[in-house]
Amino acid sequence: MTITIHDLRKLPGSYMPGSAACPGCGATLAFRLVSRALGPNTVYIVPACCFSVIQAPYPKSAISAPLYNIAFAAAAATASGVYRAYKTVNKDVNVVVWAGDGGTVDIGIQALSGAAERKEDIIYVCYDNEAYMNTGIQRSGATPLKAWTKTTPAGKREMPKDMPMILAAHRVPYVATASVGYPFDLVNKFEKAKNIRGFKYIHILSPCPPGWDFPVEKTAEVGKLAVDTYFWPLYEIEDGKLRITVKPRKRPLKEFIRLQGRFRTITDEEIDELEKIVMEKWQFLEHLEKSERVF
Amino acid sequence: MGLDDHAIIIPVSKPSKGSAGKTGLWRVERPVILEDRCIKCWLCWLYCPEDVITEGANGFPEVDYTFCKGCGVCADVCPKDAIEIVEEKL
Repeated sequence: MTITIHDLRKLPGSYMPGSAACPGCGATLAFRLVSRALGPNTVYIVPACCFSVIQAPYPKSAISAPLYNIAFAAAAATASGVYRAYKTVNKDVNVVVWAGDGGTVDIGIQALSGAAERKEDIIYVCYDNEAYMNTGIQRSGATPLKAWTKTTPAGKREMPKDMPMILAAHRVPYVATASVGYPFDLVNKFEKAKNIRGFKYIHILSPCPPGWDFPVEKTAEVGKLAVDTYFWPLYEIEDGKLRITVKPRKRPLKEFIRLQGRFRTITDEEIDELEKIVMEKWQFLEHLEKSERVF
Repeated sequence: MGLDDHAIIIPVSKPSKGSAGKTGLWRVERPVILEDRCIKCWLCWLYCPEDVITEGANGFPEVDYTFCKGCGVCADVCPKDAIEIVEEKL
């Protein structure tokens, strides 16, 4: 079933306006849409990340669903416990981890890998703003090559971890990438994930205006351009079978890079180099799409 | 001493609009919907990061200026240029 904008408007969301998020925040945009797709029967587990700040200070919260704030490394372990507690009392609840990229690719990876190995029936969502944004833009394992952060002032020298593929190698039933620039693709992936039993992992690219240094009104456009320039391919891996869900509109990578201040030190030759890496990854994905099973 | 004397107090936040205050005060520019151009595609609603766009009494999108942070994403995604960005004045 494919969701339309009119279906989506009728669904109840769990986000309340007036949170502490920055103007143009990609994470709240993703959360609004995801909470509509998952419905009210959902519990969120949030490790330390932008979203622990976005909820705003005690005694008020911008999230109207049950939400549990937990230590950085413990999100997936907590979700496993919460899911099993509900199972004991025979309640069927969507248990969702809503973690940033730091809590997923760096600090939370051990608990995440453990939960994936045990095939816990949870949805792990990483909204990826590609650095530690709420502490003031430090590099993380998800920061792209050549990107400026406060701890990589001359641009990051290493490639980011390919987290969806790491999770796919755990042979979990569902792994997907999404972007806030393609909201229907995002929502449909969650519709699908909530009906699958076992461990689900969804990685959402969530543009961050202060951290990526682009004009605040361009959040949606940056999310779209990331996909259209092949920088962030949208695919899903269901039971080991890879499927590319959105065909990019073949835009030059330069358009995406030059829109953001975090790539201000990068030269045109370096963009060509990056484009080569990005296209290699895309061709690899196309190759995987043709094969029977990825893992 | 009974069990109740040792009750564990868990700090639980209650959901509420404006949990970070009246965030509309952050705004330097406000989006104004031009109803004669609007085709009600609701893309502004879809992409609004703050969930402040609702359906008004006349069926057109309406912005809740109490909480709108003025990011302008709605005007950027509007296919008909039906949202104008106007500078806020005191």
